[in-house]
Amino acid sequence: MNAEPRRRPRLAVWKFASCDGCQLTLLDCEDELLGLAEQVEIAHFLEASSASAPGPYDLSLVEGSVTTAQDVERVHHIRAVSRRLVTIGACATAGGVQALRNYADVAEFQAAVYARPDYVATLATSTPISAHVPVDFELRGCPVDRRQLLEVITAHLAGRRPAVPAHSVCFECKQRGTVCVTVAHGTPCLGPVTHAGCGAVCPTFGRGCYGCFGPSDSTNFPAFVPLLRRDGMDTLDVVRVLRTFNTAAPEFDAASRKELER
Amino acid sequence: MTHRGSRVLHVGSLSRVEGEGSLHLRIRGEEVAEARLAIFEPPRFFEAFLRGRSYTEPPDITSRICGICPVAYQLSACRAIEDACGVTVDGQLAALRRLMYCGEWIESHTLHVHLLHAPDFHGCANVVELARSRRADVERGLRLKQAGNAIIELLGGRAVHPVNVRLGGFHRVPSRSELRPLEEQLRRAREDAALTVRWVAGFDFPEAGCDHDLLALAEPDRYAVESGTPTVMPAPHTAGLPATSRRALPTRTFGVREFGDHVVERQVPHSTALHARLDGRRHLTGPLARYAISGRLLSPIALQAAQDAGLGDPRQGVVCRNPYRSIVVRAVEVLHAVDEALRLIDAYEPPPRPYVDVPPRAGTGHGATEAPRGLLHHRYTLDAEGTVTDAVLVPPTAQNQDAIEEDLRRTVQEHLRSGEPTDAELTALCERAVRNHDPCISCSTHFLDLTVDRAAHSD
Repeated sequence: MNAEPRRRPRLAVWKFASCDGCQLTLLDCEDELLGLAEQVEIAHFLEASSASAPGPYDLSLVEGSVTTAQDVERVHHIRAVSRRLVTIGACATAGGVQALRNYADVAEFQAAVYARPDYVATLATSTPISAHVPVDFELRGCPVDRRQLLEVITAHLAGRRPAVPAHSVCFECKQRGTVCVTVAHGTPCLGPVTHAGCGAVCPTFGRGCYGCFGPSDSTNFPAFVPLLRRDGMDTLDVVRVLRTFNTAAPEFDAASRKELER
Repeated sequence: MTHRGSRVLHVGSLSRVEGEGSLHLRIRGEEVAEARLAIFEPPRFFEAFLRGRSYTEPPDITSRICGICPVAYQLSACRAIEDACGVTVDGQLAALRRLMYCGEWIESHTLHVHLLHAPDFHGCANVVELARSRRADVERGLRLKQAGNAIIELLGGRAVHPVNVRLGGFHRVPSRSELRPLEEQLRRAREDAALTVRWVAGFDFPEAGCDHDLLALAEPDRYAVESGTPTVMPAPHTAGLPATSRRALPTRTFGVREFGDHVVERQVPHSTALHARLDGRRHLTGPLARYAISGRLLSPIALQAAQDAGLGDPRQGVVCRNPYRSIVVRAVEVLHAVDEALRLIDAYEPPPRPYVDVPPRAGTGHGATEAPRGLLHHRYTLDAEGTVTDAVLVPPTAQNQDAIEEDLRRTVQEHLRSGEPTDAELTALCERAVRNHDPCISCSTHFLDLTVDRAAHSD
């Protein structure tokens, strides 16, 4: 028997440009939070703790996208002090809603929002963490799903790959027994091209999926977009729905550009 | 005290607040030369990219400004766009919106009270440390927070960025029997909320006062949450009273559509958030303002709990101006929100349709609601097809920033006069002064400027 107490894995939570919603999802694990805190050492989590211990960390959860020059440096530092780096949410995984700037003249954006844009340092793009450093796992969602987040953390503690399905939201509708809103009501729905994880929450409420988990692992836009058109969406509608919370995800980006070329 | 020279104190990253900001303090001898809450949260440009979107989209898109108060964004956006389109949502649909908003008050306030703020009063770095000595209190808080989340999840589909809100109402409304399981959870939550008020009332509060003008929405017959008229209670010094005065002063109101004429934002060099002022003066929104302006309309058990907690009776014209006691007011508001949620569920009858139609038309609309941390105002201009051509969002933290800085200055000044605080002590004091206001920093970093402060930038 080893007399030494088992060293608890050291967890760090980091934030870049974001709404804090994915970090909050961790604090929303009300039933599991105190138990989790016994399993891991929360070494750095500014939103929740004023105590911060230096690295190295066993697991870094990263929320938010990279939008400033300082962020670029910071993400490299975080990678260097983290054994495993997992992104949580659409911002960290696909640039987030703020990646809408990638299609615009950011100087014009700044001038629209700030009278003195020179006071505000920002990059012309909002990019995912993986554009800057290697990432061990990307958890999708705007916001991430609580159950999936716990699965990712516990999988890491157990040293296994997280069991997070890569199929589309349609599978989740079938699992829940939700009637297909497209087939039954002609409601435009991004379910067929969207990554599972939310539990198909929108169709359950009678609305079409709006793609907040980003593209699934196999998308077929040439087959899918005509369905959206059949259900009443015009080019601009299709572009808008693809260019929202996961606009910088390559599949959504390419499909939206293709629409504009038509 | 001859050795007191100049010093600069910089707290690089504020903790236990939403979003990222820092503190900067410049002291010369015994005088605070500068106290700044510098927000370095990167801008995300919501107001810029809302232009060109369909009028149906801002409720979903602006919820992404903040994961902690998405309902506040969704409902402010709905109100503003419905206003532009000449549509009023009332009856049971309005009641369901209020119910959902109660869920957000319970969830967000409880997060702040138990997880972010209470550790300050127990000298702990975080809630996990707090749970070692106060396990039952922390578990009660987590249970209460869960009850708030349960309301949002039931009505909205999920707690963060709910999906069921739309212009005119909801995509789907619940049946009476679907709401029933909430009742049991909320009855337990009502006990938990009452115990929480008692718990936080026993904390050790520094004597303090604030002489900011207070701004909150008000309604004639109920504690304003998801609607109301902007109402101002002036600062005590306007009546020759000290900052700690607990006397209510006569209020004045202005229409939601005149919001931008009164609350004006300006850009300052040290922050990505704009600073807003009310008729040229610093002001405070949030629980202290709401309690001062609408406290008499709290539910009877919340009102009684407030008095038992030492906040005074707002029906007798007593207000609370001690920012440290904002945690007590928040706890009272949680109790009120739980009670209100139970009342709304009890009176619920499913409406015939989940939403009323909101046909687009050209125009400008305004919407204001009471986010947990204060008044949130949205303004949208639409063209005839319903495309957004302009958007202005004024969140509570941009409005509270001047008041927070004044609290910082005052706190540090008092401690310099009464002793020789070390840098570590000053840092702790300042962080506490900031946390009193539960700033939502992610919210406050993307706002349209109207006038520019051209004062020289010195560091």
